[in-house]
Amino acid sequence: MSPGADAPGGGRVYRVHWVPGTDTLRGICHCGAQRLAEEPVALWQWLLDHPRGHHLPTVPAADPTGRQAVPA
Amino acid sequence: MEFARDQWYVAAHGVEVGRDLLARTVLGEPLVLYRTGAGEAVALADRCVHRRFPLSQSRLDGDTVVCGYHGFTYDPTGACVFVPGQQRIPRTARVAAYPVVEQDSLVWVWIGDRERADPATIPRAPWLADPRYAVVRGMAPLDARYGLLVDNLMDLSHETYLHGGYIGTPEVADTPITTEVDEDRGVVHVSRHMDDAECPPFYARSTGIQGRITRWQDIEYHPPCLYLLHSRIAPQGVYPPAEGEDSAAFHAEIVYAITPSTAHSTYDFWAVARDFAVDDESVSAYLHQSNHTVVMQDVAALNVLERVIAAEPERYQELSINIDTGGLAARRLLARLVGSGTVGAPR
Repeated sequence: MSPGADAPGGGRVYRVHWVPGTDTLRGICHCGAQRLAEEPVALWQWLLDHPRGHHLPTVPAADPTGRQAVPA
Repeated sequence: MEFARDQWYVAAHGVEVGRDLLARTVLGEPLVLYRTGAGEAVALADRCVHRRFPLSQSRLDGDTVVCGYHGFTYDPTGACVFVPGQQRIPRTARVAAYPVVEQDSLVWVWIGDRERADPATIPRAPWLADPRYAVVRGMAPLDARYGLLVDNLMDLSHETYLHGGYIGTPEVADTPITTEVDEDRGVVHVSRHMDDAECPPFYARSTGIQGRITRWQDIEYHPPCLYLLHSRIAPQGVYPPAEGEDSAAFHAEIVYAITPSTAHSTYDFWAVARDFAVDDESVSAYLHQSNHTVVMQDVAALNVLERVIAAEPERYQELSINIDTGGLAARRLLARLVGSGTVGAPR
């Protein structure tokens, strides 16, 4: 499946790739927008905020914010 | 801890349900399961309507259950067909009968609004009933909330540390994952493809592979209950052909059904289906013993975690890193099913 493509059944698919050799995650929205992040919580928040902040197909790396505490 | 009630849950392996009465508690509802003479699995409320005596501690008479306390007798629909000492059966004398579907060797029950019970929505695990596969299975009760088992299974990097010597090797924790969430189907996929890995005893002894392996782990989680791990094991550097059967590899389909029993206890149904050495009983015995050991390592750890969480102050701040990407997605989908729609762990 190519980045940003919908699922075979036409569903919306979010993808997060862990960039090999790095600590970086690449999030890909079903709309094609992308973002880099250093931890998954903020990345999921951005993905699920679609379409807010998803205007460009490719978004430069977000500022690494380090590891965040997650509300349990 | 809230449950997603309008969902199908595994209440038993099919082989557990027979002509003996089986007690299970699913989403806090006590059930009694049995099989009719015609072979149909039945799930009734496990409390006699009269004085609450557990029907699971009673007896079967044909297809009816006779309460072991005063003899109230129920048919497979839950209707009372006999009460002691009088002819009139009170109109309210019945117990709940829950929708049951037996599929892929698993007995699924629906606890919520029965009008919404659609058997077509039950996720499949076809290997468990496929004669081309050999299957070993078991069930372990956890004294821990179901969310802890979901967390555990969605992040297999713990294999390296908790299951070393069985299924864990250094490469599991060291290999980056890819996570996909199919938002509309409500399925989470987590893939970890190890190109050059040590072969853990679980696979070395069962496949006979000597030396290093190419090991793929592809998780498919269908919240809330069904977790599938497609495990591909091959000699190092052997990949699937562009076309045709992947016959040079060994495939294990590892299935977990995660069924909340109460807010703080869970049924961990597990099965390992394999497409190799299917007639070798010694491999079956080894994989059964090994996976049982692995499951009990998880049970011990999660029981400890449950006690820790139960004793901790409110609003404890946990930490998530890259390995948790899939687990966070699973939590969100679970929370969506429960109805809160938040990213935080269901508590």
